[in-house]
Amino acid sequence: MITAALYFAFACFGLGLLICMWRLLVGPDSADRILALDTMVINVIALLVLYGILEGTAMYFEAALLVAMVGFVSTVAYCRFVLRGDIIE
Amino acid sequence: MTVDDNSLIIIALLPFLGALVPGVMIRAGRNACAAFTAVPTALALVMLLTKAPGVFAGQVYVAEVDWLPQLGLSAAFFLDGLGFLFASMILGVGLLITLYARFYLSGEDPMGQFYTYLLLFQGAMLGIVLSDNILLLLIFWELTSLSSFLLIGYWKHLPEGRQGARMALAVTGAGGLAMIGGMLILGNIVGSYNLTDILAAGDLIKASDWYLPALILILLGAFTKSAQFPFHFWLPHAMAAPTPVSAYLHSATMVKAGVFLMARMWPALAGTDAWFYIVATIGLITMVTGALIALFKDDLKALLAYSTVSHLGLLTMLLGFGTPMAAVVAVFHIINHLTFKAALFMTAGIVDHEAHTRDIKRLGGLRTLMPITFVIGTLAALSMAGIPLLNGFLSKEMMLEEAAHTTWAGSHLALPVLATVGALLSVAYSFRFVAHVFLGPVREDYPHKPHDPPFGLWAAPALLVGLVVLIGLLPHVVEPLVKTAAGAVTGGELPYFHLKIWHGFTPALFMSVIATVGGLILLMLHVPLDRIWASAPRPEAKVIFDRLIAALVNLSRRISDATHDGAMSRYLAIFVVATTALGYIAWRGAAMPAETRALLPIPPLVFVIWILLMAATASVVLMHRERFRALVVLGVIGLTISVGFVYLSAPDLALTQISVETVTIMLLLLALHYMPKSSPIESSATRRIRDGAIALAAGGGVGALAYAFMLRDTSTISQYHLDNSYEGGGGTNVVNVILVDFRGYDTYGEIIVLGIAGLIIFAIMEALLNGPASRKLRRTDYSADRSRDRHPLMVVIATRVMMPVALMVGAYIFLRGHNQPGGGFVAGLVVSIALLMQYMASGFAWTQDRQRIEYHSLIGWGVVLAGLTGAAAWLYASPFLTSLYGYIEVAPIEKFGIGTAFLFDLGVFLAVLGAVMLMLYSLSRIARYAGETVNTEPMDYDPSDPVQAAEKES
Repeated sequence: MITAALYFAFACFGLGLLICMWRLLVGPDSADRILALDTMVINVIALLVLYGILEGTAMYFEAALLVAMVGFVSTVAYCRFVLRGDIIE
Repeated sequence: MTVDDNSLIIIALLPFLGALVPGVMIRAGRNACAAFTAVPTALALVMLLTKAPGVFAGQVYVAEVDWLPQLGLSAAFFLDGLGFLFASMILGVGLLITLYARFYLSGEDPMGQFYTYLLLFQGAMLGIVLSDNILLLLIFWELTSLSSFLLIGYWKHLPEGRQGARMALAVTGAGGLAMIGGMLILGNIVGSYNLTDILAAGDLIKASDWYLPALILILLGAFTKSAQFPFHFWLPHAMAAPTPVSAYLHSATMVKAGVFLMARMWPALAGTDAWFYIVATIGLITMVTGALIALFKDDLKALLAYSTVSHLGLLTMLLGFGTPMAAVVAVFHIINHLTFKAALFMTAGIVDHEAHTRDIKRLGGLRTLMPITFVIGTLAALSMAGIPLLNGFLSKEMMLEEAAHTTWAGSHLALPVLATVGALLSVAYSFRFVAHVFLGPVREDYPHKPHDPPFGLWAAPALLVGLVVLIGLLPHVVEPLVKTAAGAVTGGELPYFHLKIWHGFTPALFMSVIATVGGLILLMLHVPLDRIWASAPRPEAKVIFDRLIAALVNLSRRISDATHDGAMSRYLAIFVVATTALGYIAWRGAAMPAETRALLPIPPLVFVIWILLMAATASVVLMHRERFRALVVLGVIGLTISVGFVYLSAPDLALTQISVETVTIMLLLLALHYMPKSSPIESSATRRIRDGAIALAAGGGVGALAYAFMLRDTSTISQYHLDNSYEGGGGTNVVNVILVDFRGYDTYGEIIVLGIAGLIIFAIMEALLNGPASRKLRRTDYSADRSRDRHPLMVVIATRVMMPVALMVGAYIFLRGHNQPGGGFVAGLVVSIALLMQYMASGFAWTQDRQRIEYHSLIGWGVVLAGLTGAAAWLYASPFLTSLYGYIEVAPIEKFGIGTAFLFDLGVFLAVLGAVMLMLYSLSRIARYAGETVNTEPMDYDPSDPVQAAEKES
């Protein structure tokens, strides 16, 4: 049962990634792209956790943790660049 | 009979050790500086003289220390008669020059430098004459070229000095290169680089097929050094040096090195027809040409320079004769030439010093104004002319005697006639030196009213002239020295001879008389002859040399310009095409082993990730001109690669990739702020298509290679690491064990490189900000509609809450690193991201205020810690970076392994943290220069403040 649920979730997040990619490629403006990238990061965190459950190991947890912790930093940096030009003032 | 004596090594080293002193002692004054220069020289001379009785008794002192025995190079020294003669000349004249230079150099000249160069040069010369290993001799030979370059170019402000120094270095350096080839051939023939062995193997060498190439190459070295025709031109240009240098280099040392080498190699190389015709002929030509040019030079030092060239030619010719008696005469003349030529150079220096000119045409009549200098100069010049009762006469007579009964190419007359012509010209220019400088009427138009110099200046030449007269009157006092040295040259029995003044009515006496009378006549005809000489066309060596050098520079510039045009795309294209082609050839040439693995099924999600990667890559290629957009898409590529690492069981790499990705994006964004936001199109369409084809071929090739490997079982080094990681490195995380243990040395090197890179970025930034570029940066254009809120409240709060969490994660990843994914490198990145968040959210100044530790010192401590950890292994008599380990269990956290690897990893952590932070810190500092204001509060805009809120509304 859990396996089926996992595969369903994989399919959903995979589709989510593809749709985000589309948004990232067509834009139209920077905010769309940055948001798309940020959403992709979230999706990837989900995928990593799901993959760990599927494989029955905690090995991938740190990777998910780290992506969650530093992934938003890039987003903030992109946003600051758009808003202010300089990311460290 | 050889005697071991290690004091030879001390003698050879003394000048080099002494060279450290003058630069310091100059602070104590000029006298102290000169005195401390004289000490090592005098000490070496005394030590040398204690060996004199042994040397005269025929003993040879040797001392040897292995240096690079694999190459046949040992620091071997030996002292025989020839070495003794030269060493005592080098040290003795060195002492006199030290004294003379003390009074000659003016207050503006940096005297400490001068004496340092002088001692370096003296050490190099001493090394040449004492070496018992030809490789060692070559090293000292090159050292003389280098140190004489410093001496000749001592007056850096004079273009002549710099050009003369360059010319001397180019010519003698090129000769030195040729000589290296010759010496290596010689060593190969004999099978030993030991000079003593080589000298004993003369017959073997002369019978070898390689004799002629070796001879020519070695002679090239000797001829360039000793300024033999056609390489003589550098010597007069080296006269731009201060006179003490000229007196030292061109009487006793530098130019005599070539003569010394020919004398040293005499038993091994001399006695063949090739030797006779090359050496004797070149020597003869040089002797006559040098003397002829000297006669028409108006510059005192140039006259002496060409006369030196002429006398070196005489010595070369004598050595070229190849007979033992000629070698005796050569040795005797070396001594005599040293005494009168050094005295003459010093005299010229005194005249220059007192009258402020060396131009003969502006001098004359100094006899009464400078009586002491007159006596010294005249005696030395008469000795050079070969006037009886002075030492020059004796050796010149003996030279003419040798020339008189040597046949050249079947002719009995060629040598004696030309030798007489040389002697005649020599008499003429010597007389001219006396007559046109000291005799004649006293003039009124000297640039400076001349008078005799202080005692310190004339003491040295006076002593030398004393020797001139002493040897001239009582030649038998130097007979033992001549016999011992000449015996060492020939390496065998000497003919019976006796140095005396009167030899009877020999042919040489008549030749001498002809020379003296002819010389006098030439001097009387000097004025009309000079006019003819001045109007006669003749090649100017310096012009030719300069043109030659310019042509060579041009050629090499053309070659490098053609191959290095500065276009990065071109270098990359060459590299990539060549590598791909090599790979293709290898693939075509070798049969591929059969596939041993089946292709694994591709899960749909993996396919999706692959699509993302492909789409992102393609879109970066297509939109890379929009730089910011390309950067955003790059984020996707980093993300997919991280996921790929996780999926392919490389969690360590995934962690590293994730954190590196974030830091890189920030770095690129920081840099992009100061750069154009889009790239212009700079290349034609065909060129872009071509480059695209190259890129596709290379990428496809790498992909195919990886694919081919993954379908086959191959033995790799990975298995060894997997097997030994726990036993050898005490960790179950193989990647980390590889980093801190198996390849610990690489890691150590890498953190050093990383640290250096961080420091260089800091330094470049510093220079940039203080340079003209900062003006451009100050004009950085900000878009008008940028957000007014520099530090949005939400981000500020979020990052501050995140800070302890992030540091905790960093510590966690660091501690578990040895056994689980993680380690110092990732932890360093994580912590730097945590800090960067604060810079970004709360502003540079706010964060910097709270940052107590300098990033520079973090790098330093990291590298030091890693290095000390590695070195600690020495305490256990293990090699550098061997790790020791155990386990630690502290109550709340799980058991973790601790070993020296832990400390090493801590070093890595600190270095990475310091380097990354320093780089980003340096880049973000630009903004401060670009006119950014500094925030004093964490937030620019406080919504709770009614004043600011009102401002925002407006």
